[in-house]
This record gives sequence, structure tokens and C-alpha cells, in this order.
Amino acid sequence: MMSKIVRTQASFLYTFILIFGFYIVAHGHLTPGGGFQGGAVIATGIALIAVAFNFSNVKRWIKKTHLTAAEGIGLLTFLITALIGIGTSFFYNWLANSGLIFGQRVSYGVNPGYLNTAGTLPVMNLAVGIEVFGGLGVIILYMLNYVKEVRNDAS
Amino acid sequence: MRNALLCVALLVVLGCLLYVSVNPGDFGVSRGEHLAFGEPKYTDMDDYFIHNGQNQTGANNIVTSIVFDYRGYDTIGEASVLFTAVLGVGVALRELRKRRDKNDE
Repeated sequence: MMSKIVRTQASFLYTFILIFGFYIVAHGHLTPGGGFQGGAVIATGIALIAVAFNFSNVKRWIKKTHLTAAEGIGLLTFLITALIGIGTSFFYNWLANSGLIFGQRVSYGVNPGYLNTAGTLPVMNLAVGIEVFGGLGVIILYMLNYVKEVRNDAS
Repeated sequence: MRNALLCVALLVVLGCLLYVSVNPGDFGVSRGEHLAFGEPKYTDMDDYFIHNGQNQTGANNIVTSIVFDYRGYDTIGEASVLFTAVLGVGVALRELRKRRDKNDE
């Protein structure tokens, strides 16, 4: 556990790291970035909490089962979104230009960047973001377990 | 003997790959055209993505539309790699803990 200054700053910054990560995930089809990068940024928030706070507290706040569930759900959503378009082909973009959600039409050229476009891409970005967040978070928690055991052995 | 055979096989594969990389042949070239030896193959794949990607997928970010739409299999592979990595970390560290518990007893 770090000092009180670090803990206060960590709990303050955690919110903004999460918001920035979800921003990267949600704007993956408009700006640089996407599911992988945004998920990694969100997992960085977990790493920050793990560094700043007590190990037992972190294990109580962030459950490993929730993260593994997030990983599974993300991968399943990704595969199902790809499978729905299998009438035309695997990974067919069945939502683009359809007028439904994320289905706004875009013509070739410069535009301000509408969020309601790109069909299945935002859905897949979100799925991959959730998956990467869960996967990296689980890895961090596993390593944290191991670090704690080593410290117990040394003392 | 086996190592020598392996080396020869790898050299043959390397030779084939090098030959194909400098001499792509007529694959993907329009009819009636012939490429000279060592001449790079001209493709219009990138132009197609730049001109049609925005219309077809609606995404301003061409990179995302390629990664998640045109080449979605690539992304499935990446996601599976991450899944397998998490599985490996979990199995390795769990095994470690079990063995230590056994030693303590």
C-alpha cells in the first residue's frame, strides 16, 4: 500500500482513465484507436488501483470471476456479430447503411465524424474492448496473487 | 542425418520463397500483361479501400474498417491469442500455487 497522497491521486485519476478508455473504444471507427487500445487503457486503471492500494482490498473490489466473465462475453459477442452476417459472408457488415442503429449513410469525402455510423464496427469495437479489458485485468490479478505469495515467503 | 535433411528442406523452402518474392509471376495481373523478372507487382487493392471503404462500411477510420470488416479473420486470431495467453497465465500460476501447498504439508 502506498502513501495517502498516492492513494488519493489514484482514486481521483481512476475515473478519468476509465472515461478515456471508453472514449477510445466508442470512437474506434472515427479516430485512431479501437477495441484493443481502449481495453488496454482501461486495464491500466486496474493496474493503477493494484499498485496504489492494499492487495486484499483490491482483491475484494475487483473480482476475478467478473473479469473472466467479461472476457468470455466480449469474445462471444464478437463472434456472434460476425456470424449474423453469414448469409452473405462471414464478417459481413450487415448493419452499415441500413438506417438502423449505427446505420447512417456516409459518402466518400470529408465529414465531421458521426458516431451513428459504421454498422457492426462499433459493436465489434465494444466487444473487443470488453474482452481485452477482462483479459489484461485477469492477468494483472494473477500476477498480483503471485507477488503477494512471494512476499509472504520472504518475510 | 535428420538435421541435415531438415537443413536441406528449409533451404529449399527459403529458395522458393525468395524466388516468389522477387518474381511474383502472372498471379493477379490483368490478362495479356506479363511482368519481367524482379518487377514489383502492381495492385489496386489500397486504392479500392481508400475510395470505397467509407461508402461500404461508413467508418471514417479506414484502418478500423479494414481490421474489423475486410480482414476480420485477423482480429479473430488476435482475440484468440489474447484468450489463450490469459488461459496460459492462469494455468501456470495456479499450478505453481498447488505445488507449493503440497510442499508445505
